[in-house]
Amino acid sequence: MKKMGLIAATAAMTVGFSVNASAADTLASVKERGFVQCGVTTGVPGYSNPDDKGNWKGMDVDVCRGIAAATLGDADKVKYIPLNAKERFTALQSGEIDVLSRVTTWTLTRDSSLGLNFAGVTYYDGQGFLINKNLGVESALELDGASMCIQSGTTTELNAADYFRENNMEFEPVVFDTADQTVKGFEAGRCDVLTSDQSQLYALRIKLSNPSSAMILPEIISKEPLGPVVRQGDDAWFNVVKWSLFAMVNAEELGLTSKNIDSMKSSKNPNIARFVGAEGIKGTGLSLSDNWAYNIVKQVGNYGEAFDRNLGTSSPLKIERGLNALWNKGGLQYAPPIR
Amino acid sequence: MPSDANKSPSAHTTRFWHDPAKRAILFQSLLVIAVLGFVGMIVQNTLHNLESRGITTGFAFLSQEAGFGIVQSLIDYTESSSYGRTFFVGLLNTLLVSALGVVAATVIGFVMGIARLSNNWLIAKVASAYVEIFRNIPLLIQIFFWYFAVLRALPSPRQSLEPLDNIFINVRGLYMPEPIYGDGFGWVVVAFLLAVVAVIGIARWSKKRQDETGQRFPLFWTAAGLLIGLPLVVYWIMGSPMTWDNPVLKGFNFRGGMTIIPELAALWLALSIYTAAFIAEIVRSGIEAISSGQTEAASALGLSKSKVLRLVVVPQAVRVIIPPLTSQYLNLIKNSSLATAIGYPDLVSVFAGTTLNQTGQAIEVIFMTMLVYLTLSLLVSAFMNWFNTRMALVER
Amino acid sequence: MSDSAKVTDKLLPDLPPPANSTGFIGWMRMHLFSTPANALLTLFAAYLLYILMVPSINWALISADWIGDSRDACTSGGACWVFVYNRFDQFMYGFYPEVERWRIDITFVLLVVLAAWLMLPRMPKKGLVSFITLIIYPVVAFFLLYGGSFGLEVVETHKWGGMSLTLILAIVGIVAALPFGVLLALGRRSEMPIVKSICVVYIEFWRGVPLITVLFMASVMLPLFVPEEVDFDKLLRAMIGIVLFQSAYMAEVVRGGLQAIPKGQYEAAQALGLNYWKMMGLIVLPQALKLMIPGIVNTFIALFKDTSLVLIIGLFDILAIVQAGLSDPNWLGFSVEGYTFVALMFWVFCFGMSKYSQHLEKRFHTGHGAR
Repeated sequence: MKKMGLIAATAAMTVGFSVNASAADTLASVKERGFVQCGVTTGVPGYSNPDDKGNWKGMDVDVCRGIAAATLGDADKVKYIPLNAKERFTALQSGEIDVLSRVTTWTLTRDSSLGLNFAGVTYYDGQGFLINKNLGVESALELDGASMCIQSGTTTELNAADYFRENNMEFEPVVFDTADQTVKGFEAGRCDVLTSDQSQLYALRIKLSNPSSAMILPEIISKEPLGPVVRQGDDAWFNVVKWSLFAMVNAEELGLTSKNIDSMKSSKNPNIARFVGAEGIKGTGLSLSDNWAYNIVKQVGNYGEAFDRNLGTSSPLKIERGLNALWNKGGLQYAPPIR
Repeated sequence: MPSDANKSPSAHTTRFWHDPAKRAILFQSLLVIAVLGFVGMIVQNTLHNLESRGITTGFAFLSQEAGFGIVQSLIDYTESSSYGRTFFVGLLNTLLVSALGVVAATVIGFVMGIARLSNNWLIAKVASAYVEIFRNIPLLIQIFFWYFAVLRALPSPRQSLEPLDNIFINVRGLYMPEPIYGDGFGWVVVAFLLAVVAVIGIARWSKKRQDETGQRFPLFWTAAGLLIGLPLVVYWIMGSPMTWDNPVLKGFNFRGGMTIIPELAALWLALSIYTAAFIAEIVRSGIEAISSGQTEAASALGLSKSKVLRLVVVPQAVRVIIPPLTSQYLNLIKNSSLATAIGYPDLVSVFAGTTLNQTGQAIEVIFMTMLVYLTLSLLVSAFMNWFNTRMALVER
Repeated sequence: MSDSAKVTDKLLPDLPPPANSTGFIGWMRMHLFSTPANALLTLFAAYLLYILMVPSINWALISADWIGDSRDACTSGGACWVFVYNRFDQFMYGFYPEVERWRIDITFVLLVVLAAWLMLPRMPKKGLVSFITLIIYPVVAFFLLYGGSFGLEVVETHKWGGMSLTLILAIVGIVAALPFGVLLALGRRSEMPIVKSICVVYIEFWRGVPLITVLFMASVMLPLFVPEEVDFDKLLRAMIGIVLFQSAYMAEVVRGGLQAIPKGQYEAAQALGLNYWKMMGLIVLPQALKLMIPGIVNTFIALFKDTSLVLIIGLFDILAIVQAGLSDPNWLGFSVEGYTFVALMFWVFCFGMSKYSQHLEKRFHTGHGAR
C-alpha cells in the first residue's frame, strides 16, 4: 500500500517537474518541447563552464548551441544539464538529455555496449601529463614511481595504467571524483603528476594558483577523439547532430563566418549557395528548415571561430589548432560536403 | 492491534469485511499483490530498458581484466587483476578503515564522555565544546578539512620528516619498515596461539576459584605476560626469524616498507572525531542514568573510588550504552563510504565508482555494494545484540 | 551572673566563609585546582586552548578583510572574507536568476512564519496551521520555486543551488518521509505477519545501506526502473532516494513515539468501539506525534547534514557551490575561508535546532510526569 502511495506521489510530482518523452523520435520531441537538453561537464574551462552569471560557455556548449540553432532556429534554446563522469551515459540512455557533449572519448566499448552512438569528433585530443617544473622531469619516461592524480571513471585511468605497464614503470594512482579535486590534490603536492586529456591539462593549469609553476610534458600517450554522443537507434536525430557539427567545419572551409554570412548569402559560389539553403537538397533530408546551416553559422559561428573563442588564441587556454586544423591546413578536421 | 482484540464471537454471521481476521487476510493478500506487482513492474521495466538500449548485463564482467591501478590494497592487486578482485580490494579497505575508526571513536568517545562529567570546570567545558562543534558539522566537510589540512601540513617526499629511524612522514603518507617473515616464524605464531588458549583456560579457572572462595587472581598481568612473553621467548630461541624491509627514497617516492596513505589517515581521523562526538554523548547519558544511590551504596560498602566506577557504575552504564553505541558503529561503517570524496579506495570509491564507470553495469555493481553494507550492518547488529544479552541484567 | 553580658537573644551573623573558598578564587579552587592532577589537567587544557584559539581568532576576526570587490582587497594577511562577501548571493541562491530570487525569499519567509506559529506554545489554531504547513504550503512552495503558472517564469531545477537547495532537500526529505514513516511504523507494530515482515524488511534494508549508495542508485539506476518514456529530473531523483531512505529512519522515530503511549489508551479507545484507523488517528497518533517532535527534529538535523552528500551526484548544494566558487581562477586559494563558511552555516543551523529539540524534550518530559 505504501508503495502504491509512493508511485502516486512520484507520479504527481513528475507531472509538476518534467516528463521527457525519450521515445524514438528525439527530433520531434525537441521541436515540440522547444529546447535541446544537452549534457555538459560540471565545469571544465574551454569546454563547458558556467560563468559567474551562470551562463554556460565553451566548445562543447557551442556544439549544443549549434544543434539548437539548426533544429529550432535559436541557439539559446538549450537546457544545460551538468553531469559528472559517472552519470553521463545513464543520463543519455535514460533520455534525460538529447545529446551528450561532454569531453567524451569515442571508444569501441562505449559505441557498442552502452547503447550509444558517437556523432563525430569536435576535438582530437590525446592524454598528456602535467608536472611541477621544479621536479626537473623532461619526459614521461622518467616518471617511474611517481604518484599520479587521475579523475575517476575516465579512459585516462586505463590509459595511464597501460602506458606505465608497457614501459615497465610503476605509479601510485590517486583517484578523485572531479577535475577540480584532481587539481587541488596536485596543488597540495599529493601527487607529482596530473594526467588527463592534454587540452584539459591546459584548462586545469589555469586553475592553479601559480600556473607557470607547472608544465605539460611532450608525450601524448593515447588517442582521445572527443565528440557529441546520442542514443543508438534514432538515426534522424543522429544525422541532425552529425551534420550540425559538419556544417560548422564546412563553414570554416568555405570561409563563412558569423560576421560575413549575411553578405555571402547571395554568393554565386554553388557550395555556399547550397550551404545557406538557396539551392540543392536544403533542409528536407534532415527534416530541418532550409536555413539550418545558416542559423548555426550566424548564431554560433564556424568551427574555427568556436575553437578560437573557447580554446584558442582568444581564450585563456591558448591551445594551438594542431590536429584540429582543417584537413587542408595540415589537421584532421574534415567534413563531408553539403550537397 | 484490532485483529485479536475485536474478535467477535459471532464471526460467521457477519459479513467477511466486518470480521477482523478475514479482513486481515484480505488486506495482506492485497498488500502482497501490490508489492509483487510493484517489484514485477520494476524488473520488467528494467529488463526492457536494458534490452532496448543495448546495455550489457550479467556478472561476466567480474572476470574481465580491470586495467586500472588502486593506490592501497591489502591483497595482491595489479592492473591485470579482474574486476571481481577490485570488489575484494575495496571491501577490505572499507573494513580496514571501519575497524580502525570504531576503535579510535570508542576510545575518544569514552574519554570525552567522562571528561564532560569531570568536576574540573575547564575540562568539562572543553569536552562539551568538542561535542557541540563536531557533531553539528557535516562529516563530508570534516573529511575535506582534515584531508587538505593533513596535506598542507606535511612536507614533500624529499623533505620528509624522520621521527624514528626508517620511519618517514611526508605528503604521500607515513612510511614504515615492513616485517619479512623468515623460516621458523610459524613457531612464534604457534606460541602466540598456545598463549591465547592458556589465557582462556586460566581465566575460566580463576573465575571458578573466585566464585568458590572469593579470592581474586591477578588475571590481567598473567595474561599480558603470557601473550607477550611466550612468543618473544620462542622468537629468541628460533634465532630472530624476521627481517625488516625499510622504505627508501627512490626517484619521486619512497619504495618498500608499509605505507599509510594520507587519504586513510584523513578519513580515519574524520570518522573517529565525528563519531566520537556522538559516543561521548551516549557515554555521558549512560553514566548519568545510573542513580546516585548505586554510587552511594557502593561507597558505603567501603569500595574505593576506582572500584566503584569499575565494579558498579560502568557495568550498569554499559547496558544503557550498548544499544545506541551499536547504531553509532553502524553509522561509522556506513559513513566510511564517504571515502569516495577524497579518493580513499574503499568499496564505494573503487567498485561502485571506477568499476561501475568502466563497465557501465550500474545495476549489478550497486546491487553488490548495497548487499555488502547490508550484510555488514546485520553482522554488527547481531554481534552487538549477542554482547548485549550477555551483559544484560540477569533477573530472576 | 557575670556571664550575662555574654548572653544575647539575637543570633550573631554568620562569619564569612574562609576567603579562599568563596568568590572567584574559591570557585577556581573547587572547579579547576581541586587536586594536583586536576591542576595539571587544567593547565594543559588552558595551554591547548591558548595555542588553538589565539591564532584562529586573530586569523578569522582581527586581521581579516571583510568587504571589497576582488582579491586585491585582501591585504591584512588574515582571512579573506571578501570571497564569501562577493559570492554570498550565489552561495544562498545558486544559479537561480537574479530577478526571480524574491520567490525563494518569499518561500522561506512563509515557512519561517508557519514554523514559528507552530513552535510558539501560545498561538491558536495549531491544527489548521499544521494542515496548511504540511499540505498546502508544499504546493505553494513548489509553484513559487519552479514557476510555470500564475505568470511565473519557469526556473529549471538545475539552476537551483546553494543554501536554498540544501534546505529544500532537507525539508522535502522530512515532510515527505513523515507519512510513509507513520505507515511503516504502524505496519511494523501491526499483528498481521505479512504486513509486519514487509515493513521490517523495508526499514532494515534502508537503514542498513549508506545514503551515498542510495543516491547513486537514485541517480544511476532509477531511470532504468521506470518505463522508457518517463524520465525524472535529476533533483527529483535525488529527492526520491532521500525520501525512500529517510522514511525508514522516520518509521523508527514514530515507532518510538507509539511505544511511549500507555496501553490503556489503546484499550480505552477500543472499548469506545473505535476501529483501528479511528483509534490511531484520533487517540494514539495525536499523542504520539507530540512525543515524536524531538526525535523528528533530531532526524532532521541528521538529514540536513547528510544533504551535503548530493555533491557527490553533482547537485549544487551549498558545499558544492562553494567548491565551484573556489575553483574560479579569480579567487584561487581561499579554500579555508570557503570551507569555514560552509561549516559555520551548517553549525549554526544544526546547533540551533539541537538546542530547540533539547528544550522540547525537557518540556514534554515534565508534561508527562515521571516515567
